[in-house]
Amino acid sequence: MTATTRIGWRENRIIQDRIKRTIAYTIVIVMAVAYIFPLYWLLVTALKTDVEIFQQPPPIFPPEPQWQNFAASTTYIPFWRYMWNTIAISGLTVLGTVLSCTFIAYGFARIQWPGRNIIFLIYLSTIMLPSQVTLIPLYLIFRQLGWVGTFLPLVVPHFFGSALYVFLLRQFLLTIPQELSDAAKIDGASELSILWYVMIPLMRPALAVVALFTFVQTYRDFLGPLIYLTDQKDWTISLGLKLFQNMYGAQWQLMMAASTLAMLPTIALFFFTQKTFVRGIALTGLKG
Amino acid sequence: MTISIRRPTLSKRQRRSLIVGLLFISPALIGFFLFNIGPIVQSLQYSFTRYNILQPPRYVGLNNYRFLLEDRVFKIGIQNTLYMVMIGLPIHLVFNMLMALLLNTKIKGLSLYRSIFYVPSITPVVASTIVWLWIFNGQFGILNEFLKLIGLPPVGWLTDPRWVKPSLIFMGAWFGGNTILIYLAGLQDVPHDLLESAELDGANALQKTFRITLPMISPVIFYTIIVNVIGYFQYFTEAWVMTATRDGSAGGVANSAMFYSMYLYQTAFQQFKMGYASAQAWILFMIVLIATLFLFKTARWVYYHAEN
Repeated sequence: MTATTRIGWRENRIIQDRIKRTIAYTIVIVMAVAYIFPLYWLLVTALKTDVEIFQQPPPIFPPEPQWQNFAASTTYIPFWRYMWNTIAISGLTVLGTVLSCTFIAYGFARIQWPGRNIIFLIYLSTIMLPSQVTLIPLYLIFRQLGWVGTFLPLVVPHFFGSALYVFLLRQFLLTIPQELSDAAKIDGASELSILWYVMIPLMRPALAVVALFTFVQTYRDFLGPLIYLTDQKDWTISLGLKLFQNMYGAQWQLMMAASTLAMLPTIALFFFTQKTFVRGIALTGLKG
Repeated sequence: MTISIRRPTLSKRQRRSLIVGLLFISPALIGFFLFNIGPIVQSLQYSFTRYNILQPPRYVGLNNYRFLLEDRVFKIGIQNTLYMVMIGLPIHLVFNMLMALLLNTKIKGLSLYRSIFYVPSITPVVASTIVWLWIFNGQFGILNEFLKLIGLPPVGWLTDPRWVKPSLIFMGAWFGGNTILIYLAGLQDVPHDLLESAELDGANALQKTFRITLPMISPVIFYTIIVNVIGYFQYFTEAWVMTATRDGSAGGVANSAMFYSMYLYQTAFQQFKMGYASAQAWILFMIVLIATLFLFKTARWVYYHAEN
């Protein structure tokens, strides 16, 4: 191979790379715009008057943005009440999940007991169970307990662990060196104090992942509240949004305004905790 | 001491650790029996009964299952759900993989794009589906406005039985950010030296992708297939919100968007036929179980790097 052809090959490569890169950028940017568009359209529709809503062609941006639609949407339905309900249910669910999964994961990861692995596998298989199978008996049990129409059916089960998050925390706990536990044991520490003083400080990043994912998951839930929250004043925001469609037709601009507001907490949470989210997604996705 | 005589295989220390271990996992054990095994068995029992909550359950043998065979809406529900699993899901996963491959090309501003693609996955499903309801609106929706602009006739995205499932799949692609990020994390773990040595051997981008990258992340792909197959069989919220009417029913024109879980919900919680709905739940359970087993049995294409 002569020097000139080698240089030619290299230049060729650089040009090829540049073309490829340009194509990749173009597609990514087009797709990013496409992904943002529905959110943009949500916001813009929220800012329109009830006349502009039905204007054809629709204005891409309203000449006079109706910011008061946001305030109006929070009084048209008991918006803040529904937000409070949603956040209360999500918060309690996070508490239950984090608490129970920490204990369970510790029992599966840091204590050697006979039969541990087989029981763990059986427990893990519950991840694959479609929730519909247990839905009806659970509803009937909660009904007998008088819990239907309260937050309890949505919250209490989470205090008994969730296999996916136990799995995530167990994987994390397995990476912590055994010497740490052994040293603490020599000093006479019980398993409970090892968990509290040694493990939990180390587990913080993994616990943050579990807390965030649980929060978002509960905040987005629809079917659970739909079944159990029979009293309109207990509704979550996901249920409340449908009140904008009533017998007089839909209040589209108000519904969009309320939807925008309902999205803000999770979007804000994501932007402040992006790294935790991305790490969590890698953990749940890769170690499966 | 008496216990150690009865169980000679466990030493005193092992016994202690067994007790402590079981104590730690006791919430899981209780939850397993209370919220999983118990209800599964009960669900099977209810499926052989007629039960409307007000009167006690009455044993009816296999009647519920027999009725299901002749239930037209149930059949449509199965067909629509299979449509989602067999057509929607592959389209979504391939699309998400393409997006992840694209983002993996050492692009600048990755974290920004990552956020943009992920945000739809964390917004409340109902809130974001409502926007799509408006985008798809036959009269005032922006999508038909766009078709008009390029000279095409308007489409009844949610009202035309031929279009409603493709519309749901189209919208579903927007919710795929979670899978994109899972794929992206997998792609970033593919060892660079492998790709570089393939390049030195003269492999082009397509060959590298199909011979190295995809086999290397096949465990991740397998994981997303399993999780999503289970999830798509339970497809509910998007279709429910999209087709809900003011009288509380849903499923679209001629049940064209009636999915398995929706019919199950209606049977159980609107008609209060708990026995009949339990039979549906058990059939769904069997379908999902068989599908999952099938996927695991045919998983020879999954390549586990660590084992070699």
